[in-house]
Amino acid sequence: MRVMAQVAMVMNLDKCIGCHTCSVTCKQTWTNREGTEYVWFNNVETKPGVGYPKRYEDQDRWRGGWELDRRGRLKLRSGGRVRRLLNLFANPDLPALDDYYEPASYDYDTLITAPAGTHTPVARPKSAITGEDMAITWGANWEDDLGGAPEHAPADPNLAAMTEKVRFEFERTFMFHLPRICEHCLNPACVSACPSGAMYKRAEDGVVLVDQNRCRGWRMCVSACPYKKVYVNHRTGKAEKCTFCFPRLEAGQPTVCAETCPGRLRYLGLVLYDADAVLAAASTPDPTDLLDAQRAAFLDPDDPDVRAAALAEGIPEDWLDAARRSPVHRLISHYQVALPLHPEYRTLPMVWYIPPLSPVLDAVSEQDGDPADPDDVFHAIRGLRIPLEYLANLFTAGDTEVVAGVLMKLAAMRGYMRARSLDGSVSTELLTATGMSAAEMEEMYRLLAIAKYEDRYVIPAAHRENAAALSSQGMGCGLDSDGGPGMGGEDLQGFQDFHLTGARSDGRIGLSLFVKPRGRTS
Amino acid sequence: MNAVDVVLWVVLPYVALTVFVLGHVWRWRTDQFGWTTHTTQLLESRWLRLGAPLFHLGLLLAIGGHAIGLLVPKAWTEALGVSEHTYHIVALGGGVLAAVLVVSGLVLLLARRLVNGRVRRTTTRMDKVLYLVLSAVIAFGTGGTVGRNLLGCGYDYRETIAVWFRGIFWFHPEPRLMVDVPLVFQLHALSALVLFGLWPFTRLVHVWSVPVAYLWRPYVLYRHRRPRLSASARPGAVGDGRRGA
Repeated sequence: MRVMAQVAMVMNLDKCIGCHTCSVTCKQTWTNREGTEYVWFNNVETKPGVGYPKRYEDQDRWRGGWELDRRGRLKLRSGGRVRRLLNLFANPDLPALDDYYEPASYDYDTLITAPAGTHTPVARPKSAITGEDMAITWGANWEDDLGGAPEHAPADPNLAAMTEKVRFEFERTFMFHLPRICEHCLNPACVSACPSGAMYKRAEDGVVLVDQNRCRGWRMCVSACPYKKVYVNHRTGKAEKCTFCFPRLEAGQPTVCAETCPGRLRYLGLVLYDADAVLAAASTPDPTDLLDAQRAAFLDPDDPDVRAAALAEGIPEDWLDAARRSPVHRLISHYQVALPLHPEYRTLPMVWYIPPLSPVLDAVSEQDGDPADPDDVFHAIRGLRIPLEYLANLFTAGDTEVVAGVLMKLAAMRGYMRARSLDGSVSTELLTATGMSAAEMEEMYRLLAIAKYEDRYVIPAAHRENAAALSSQGMGCGLDSDGGPGMGGEDLQGFQDFHLTGARSDGRIGLSLFVKPRGRTS
Repeated sequence: MNAVDVVLWVVLPYVALTVFVLGHVWRWRTDQFGWTTHTTQLLESRWLRLGAPLFHLGLLLAIGGHAIGLLVPKAWTEALGVSEHTYHIVALGGGVLAAVLVVSGLVLLLARRLVNGRVRRTTTRMDKVLYLVLSAVIAFGTGGTVGRNLLGCGYDYRETIAVWFRGIFWFHPEPRLMVDVPLVFQLHALSALVLFGLWPFTRLVHVWSVPVAYLWRPYVLYRHRRPRLSASARPGAVGDGRRGA
């Protein structure tokens, strides 16, 4: 057993209203630069829909992620090492800019500088790539709230495997929002495909990063990632990706997308896992067993053996405490209501989702059922092949039983808490149906429905004894180079001594960029 | 032989090679962030998927041919029993094939860069200078191989250019060997020297980053943010990973 700690995220999809606040704050923080106009480290998709980039889930086309070869061994879907090097000159699986979208801005200047005339001046859209006039025909959230769904959504790869046809007429369809960031996988295909060795997984917290100084622009990571969450910066010629806001995590703060989510649907916390079990878990023969295999690779932070092994590996005591209080661990392993996105890609993703109950509840109302009556809801969950099959294609490699089980648990929780609040009665049959105690049920309710800030985010900060290592990164950080993510009009002075001014009263180190300095020491 | 010949065939090569070596040291130490292929495949893929492999494979062939033609003395191949005629046929066949690949690839890539607005906009001033010099080198080289050796009367560069070239490296340059060399070969050599001088300051540096080590390293790499504190520390920050399939 080799214990490693990973910062992981869970998103509660029932609460996502598709407001895109996460996308906008992320973009303002990380990708509002030339070269990354088209890049959204965080994007929110409406499902069903083709997504961003278009049809990224069609791995027959893009060949992202892993597959098992005939002898059952794990290999990258895009081929072996030699094949990858032979494709260095031209990557056959790379999405083109038009698979994302051509970014545009508007010529607002015309509105105030146009000479007097008979017609009102118009702000024309201009391509952010060429500067030429252009027609805007696609975007990162073009299909928002099923916009254009009758025309585009049937191309959603998740619909291909369904036995029944999804209808897109307004009255008969269903939808939900799916916010997506980098999955910070346990078995990352992007890292494995990077010929330069520039991509790595941080041993301390599992964050997957691109070393901007070692990236040589071979662009294999972009095509190898099945979630298409590594991007080419077309100005610097280097790969960039979601950083999990690691400077904030090091300061014990949640990522920007989580911090600013108005729906409070994101959870951040530690998961302990056995690094020696990762390869075997990813090689599980039947894709529908991957969920259990990944859960089995996670370790119980309350187990004294795990604690001892973790301490021996150098995981600090307060990190182990944080792992015990981790909301992510509870949702994934304890309540088992969170599911991974596309486990069949075999990357063992670490951003999990609580599937949405709302499409089912909508259907119950339509059938004149009572969405508050657990019996009606249970009946509907069992009876509704759509959207159950659709959710199963997203989260369980097609196993509808698992998704139905999670939805029923969530419906039972609603029914149980409804009875508790209306007349104080305790519905023992709902407890038996879910196999949970009353205390557990209410605890899960508090975590999911009340979702206080300190319950959603349990993030141990990086340690002061790491200050030397952090400061040695100092200005050597590639993010600050011309065109890099750290570049901007901000006060660079703050960057230069961030490791010195971020001292906090709790003895940990933070970044002055995000933590208010308590006085300069330099 | 006059002063101009000495400048062209002695001074210029040493200046170019010095700039080549020192320039690379400087670039490597100061500009890791700029050291990239600067891929434009995101912006335009269709032409690149044809042009880039043609160009690169042709160049590899051409570089291999130059290595044999310039570095291996004529006496060695004769000692191996390779007749002048056989050598000529092989060199000419390989050379013409390389020229066809490189030129067609280059034409495709240059046309793509000029025609496609997206790619044109990302082209820097240094890129333009590089394409000009590179095109000159390739044009003169093709002129020598195809124009002179295939269609023309032929020229045995192994008795003049190759000897001069090797002389540079053991500090015994013989500029007089280059004086009577046909103009097209002279221009090819001179433009190549300019290219070597430009090399460290262009995107050509990506040539030195051919990721051969990828063939042996473990798939998933872990890096520690800090030196490991525990006794069970594993050696090496990078590459401390498990080997995939």
